[in-house]
Amino acid sequence: MSGIDSVEDVVAVVFLLAGAFLCLTAGLGLLRFPDVLARMHAGTKPQVLGVLLVMVGGAIRLNGWSATWMLLLVAAFQLLTAPVSAHMISRVAYRRRHVRRDLLLVDELRTGETQDRVRRGDEPADAPPEEPAQALVESRREDDGGAFGQES
Amino acid sequence: MTLVFVIAYVLLGGGALMALVRLALGPSLLDRVVATDTLLVIIAAGLAVYAALERDPTVVPVLVVVSLLAFVGSVSVARYVGGMLVRSDDDGQDVGLPLAAEEREARRQEEDR
Repeated sequence: MSGIDSVEDVVAVVFLLAGAFLCLTAGLGLLRFPDVLARMHAGTKPQVLGVLLVMVGGAIRLNGWSATWMLLLVAAFQLLTAPVSAHMISRVAYRRRHVRRDLLLVDELRTGETQDRVRRGDEPADAPPEEPAQALVESRREDDGGAFGQES
Repeated sequence: MTLVFVIAYVLLGGGALMALVRLALGPSLLDRVVATDTLLVIIAAGLAVYAALERDPTVVPVLVVVSLLAFVGSVSVARYVGGMLVRSDDDGQDVGLPLAAEEREARRQEEDR
């Protein structure tokens, strides 16, 4: 146990509080944003900047080289692994169409017409088909065209 | 000093609580993956804040384990969900799961009618 005695401690505590504040904003964004990509945008704020701030604060306050190297290792791991996992999750999210296309301004991956009114299963629950009856007819037409080929 | 403790833990706890709410609500599997990832990061940040405020370096090795676990978990679940993809015939894009359970139920009711 120890208090805040010097300038270094004040700097460290400011870093720690900034990192903790980023964690709070991540929670808020996760709760309020509409689809997977936007939630990931909010959720990856503490993954890089928040963890780096907290690690810097911890390294200032834990004076000892072993702890500092360990914190540096954690920060390096985060910097290496956060883009990889974010890339994989967002790619799968786009392909599974967990994307609110009506909210997108630019969609560079889009090829041809896609029918989002068809209910396909594991969609975001806050993006329902606009006309359920129309969606049913459309999806049945897709089945007759052999797009799925698993029914009948 | 206690004020700093309280502020830091309230910020971290609020973030973790909201990530938990998204984990429980999350309409799709990928929302839950993102929420779990964020929750593990917040846990790691909380451990680091504890270690820094108490000047207690014994929990620092746990941080390495937690950060690696978050990566392995989210990547493996993303691979698993990616394996569930079905490629459509017409435009070559991937479509989601073949048929929703609710939709199958609706069709069955309509056929019975």
